[in-house]
Amino acid sequence: MKKRDFILIGAVLVLALLCWLIPRAAGIFAGEEASQVRITVGGEEYGTYSLSEDQTIEINDTNICEIKDGEVNMTRADCPDQLCIHQGPIHIQGETIVCLPNRVVVEITGNDAEEQLDGIVQ
Amino acid sequence: MKKIAYMGLFGAVAIIFGYVESLFPVFAGIPGIKLGLANLVTVFILYTYSYREAALVSFIRILVIGFLFGNLFSILFSLAGAALSLACMVLAKKYLGLSIAGVSIVGGVTHNLGQIIVAVLVVENVNLFYYFPALLIAGLITGFLIGILSGEVLKRTSGRKFV
Repeated sequence: MKKRDFILIGAVLVLALLCWLIPRAAGIFAGEEASQVRITVGGEEYGTYSLSEDQTIEINDTNICEIKDGEVNMTRADCPDQLCIHQGPIHIQGETIVCLPNRVVVEITGNDAEEQLDGIVQ
Repeated sequence: MKKIAYMGLFGAVAIIFGYVESLFPVFAGIPGIKLGLANLVTVFILYTYSYREAALVSFIRILVIGFLFGNLFSILFSLAGAALSLACMVLAKKYLGLSIAGVSIVGGVTHNLGQIIVAVLVVENVNLFYYFPALLIAGLITGFLIGILSGEVLKRTSGRKFV
């Protein structure tokens, strides 16, 4: 180990800290009030679901995910590596479950502004 | 002739490392993080031969592992990480004046960078960068461990000629 190695390690740590802090400071991944699951396939929105409602969602015959107790979990995928299944349930805003072969992304998003309203009187 | 035999041997060792690693469960919570034992072979070859031999053995290992246990997708995914990481290790070794552990850290970090870029391009969703800080730290730790291991192997084989 040389001095330059320690500089490199420090640089990577600082970069990781910055990449962790900046999105949170900018409010991209911030907010604890995560209540929605958005599913996209190849960048196109497939659907948005509430975390508070227990349900099973089939995604294009390739994947099945399950919302239970305020968490979402991928339960079936037709690919050989099954990485998305092993990951386990997620519930924090910004977390994603990705099925790369099927280009499926299950992500936790915050409340939509509209949904925070109790009601609209016209 | 002897060199071809050694290349075959290193390729076989890399494939076995890749297989052994596929038997371990994935770390829960962070998708797809693993030690990358096969990179031990890549770093070792990079230091005993050159980047050409390292690229060749990596390429063969990824193809064989991919056809045996993965699919076309996992092959492309692995190639992206391996190509970027080897290129960056070669440059780091040449210009940055790092020890083998530092060069391997560069490899580990850039490997994860390459894979997350491919993942974002494939699913067309930039929110995957949520995991980028975790992947940086993971690349740092795994790269460091692989570097230390490679250094130890090199030390113990330094008297031998592989050419």
